[in-house]
Amino acid sequence: MSYLDSSIIKNPCQLYGLVILRVLIGWHFLYEGVSKIINPYWSSAAYLLDSKGPFSGLAKTIVSNPTLLSISDYVNMWGLAIVGASLMLGLLCRYTALTGMGFVILYYLFAPPFLGLEYSRPGEGSYIIVNKNLIEACALWVIHSFPSSHVIGLDRFLSNPKSN
Amino acid sequence: MSNNTSEEKGITMKRRELLKGLATVPIFGLFLVNLWKKIRRDALKKANLLSDLVQEKSAPTIISGLSDSRHLNIGIIGYGGRGSHLIRGAGFATKGWTDIVSENARNNKLDKQFKTFMTQENLNCSLVGVCDLFDVRANQGIDASKNEIRPGGKPKATATRYQHYTDLLENQDIDAVIVATPDHWHSRITIDAARAGKHVYCEKGLTRTFDEAIKVYDTVKNTGITFQLGHQNRQVEANYKAKQIIEQGLLGKINLVELATNRNSPWGAWVWGIHPEGNVKTIDWDTFQEPSPNKIPFGEEALKRFFRWRCWFDYGTGLSGDLLSHDFDAINQIMDLGIPKYASSTGGVYYYKDGRDVPDVWNATFEYPDKDLTVLYSATLSSNDPRGNRIMGHDATMQMGGQSGGGSVHGFVVKADPESTQYKERLESGIINQQYPIYTYSPGSKQIDGVTSATSRYFANKGLLYTYREGKRVDPTHLHVKDWLDSIRNNDQPKCNIEVALHEAVACHMATESYFQGRRIEWDPVNKKLI
Repeated sequence: MSYLDSSIIKNPCQLYGLVILRVLIGWHFLYEGVSKIINPYWSSAAYLLDSKGPFSGLAKTIVSNPTLLSISDYVNMWGLAIVGASLMLGLLCRYTALTGMGFVILYYLFAPPFLGLEYSRPGEGSYIIVNKNLIEACALWVIHSFPSSHVIGLDRFLSNPKSN
Repeated sequence: MSNNTSEEKGITMKRRELLKGLATVPIFGLFLVNLWKKIRRDALKKANLLSDLVQEKSAPTIISGLSDSRHLNIGIIGYGGRGSHLIRGAGFATKGWTDIVSENARNNKLDKQFKTFMTQENLNCSLVGVCDLFDVRANQGIDASKNEIRPGGKPKATATRYQHYTDLLENQDIDAVIVATPDHWHSRITIDAARAGKHVYCEKGLTRTFDEAIKVYDTVKNTGITFQLGHQNRQVEANYKAKQIIEQGLLGKINLVELATNRNSPWGAWVWGIHPEGNVKTIDWDTFQEPSPNKIPFGEEALKRFFRWRCWFDYGTGLSGDLLSHDFDAINQIMDLGIPKYASSTGGVYYYKDGRDVPDVWNATFEYPDKDLTVLYSATLSSNDPRGNRIMGHDATMQMGGQSGGGSVHGFVVKADPESTQYKERLESGIINQQYPIYTYSPGSKQIDGVTSATSRYFANKGLLYTYREGKRVDPTHLHVKDWLDSIRNNDQPKCNIEVALHEAVACHMATESYFQGRRIEWDPVNKKLI
């Protein structure tokens, strides 16, 4: 179930679809990470302060503790960049797809688009329950479950060539 | 032949392996190229804008250690809401206050009030004298002098209560006094204190009338005491940054400045609570109203006037001395305006028809013909739409506070004017995008504030509650008291000294007089008179 089987390799349409999806999400993650790294004023505080729903208490705890906030900032900046580069280059993708999925699920849970929850920061679209974070998390699940990096990507050099 | 063919096949296979493995690397390369382009573009934009200028400019570093040189004994005359804040700035808070704010900090991790107080510098002074006409407040002042929960721990001495300020001034051990009474007492106390050789920190507005302001100025100059007027905006980092940007000419020629006050709550309109323990036995009403032009017997009306004195011209000057004075002093700090040539004002009591005589909607105009400048002030106590203050130049406009105040407390943004001469080429080439500010100042953008109440937010937007020095949140009131005490020790002039205090006082009184007389008022700088 978990590994790409030969039928997909023989179906370039499916294979390239998966590779393109992986690379695009990688690009998105990498730039999100790098843009935070190069901006000295970026902090996760604004997002966390606006948190609503079940994780808002945890968000407040993180924001009120400078150490936790620094950790949160660094994990976000470098985590996103590393996951992004990994997905783009196709290196250790099965693990980083899961990590990336963890990131976006956390973003979803810290600010879920549930009915009755209103956020002060401007939204980029209109959502009820389903938002782009949730969709990206599912896309990363697909990338994890149907890995393409050992066919097209640096993982190819790490895996057994005969299996490809 | 067959060997060759299989070798070639092997090479082709390896090459294909390699190509498949590295297939997405060019996309990664494309990303890096675009990232590099974007970083270069942003750097070019910044180099062409104001960031280089602004990064090297910051508020003066807080010099600590000066306080160690000489211990000072201070007295407080008027320990009300503002007086207690000033005394906290000096390092003394009541037990009740420290209990509440430490509890708030425990309940709300974002509430930094207690931490800000406890981490402020120990100013090496003792609160030894308290004078207030309301027993409850006087006792609170005594309590504050004893409270060991303070920066520096156990106080060296505790305060004595004085029934009348003249008794306090007779105490030879007192070096300096803070005057935080209603405005109608400012001039008499300041003049008497100066003559008694005490250094004075006086709350704004400087005085209730123009004549009193001139007398205070002359006395302070003649006695040579160290005088500080209570405009803590003089310590606010944003104002230093704004001043430097303007001095560099980045706004171009400035012909119009707009200042605004927007409040929309009874508290903001000075309808303050009447203390349940306030009565004829606990309040010295006769002394309170002694300098006021109109007198009434003690009763319900007197109680209202005692606790809500800002609503009557008998005790203050309403929006003029209370709120315009802050904005005027800030703009005077930023632009070195001095006293205007002409002032006029109009307004009325349009919303709070509660017996007050000071207007709740009031607009004033100040003319500086020698500077080709008009300063407009517009105030309402019945709308909270935060307009902020705007310095409008030919090349750019600086918006301070208000809705577009950099998205954070006491920040400001600078936006290029589409018809700017200075930025013409950069606007045409797209380096400056008109939609975005060319500079945004957001102090403490990585810090979190727990400032929540509407009045707190009003002051915070104007930078009066908190400011930032080297990224650390500090109370500008504390810095302002420190500036005064350090100046006493060094025989130096504090930041809001009597010269700039006179600018504020005369400008505000010109506008108030215009409201009373219904005509334009002119300043005669030679004879120091209003025409």
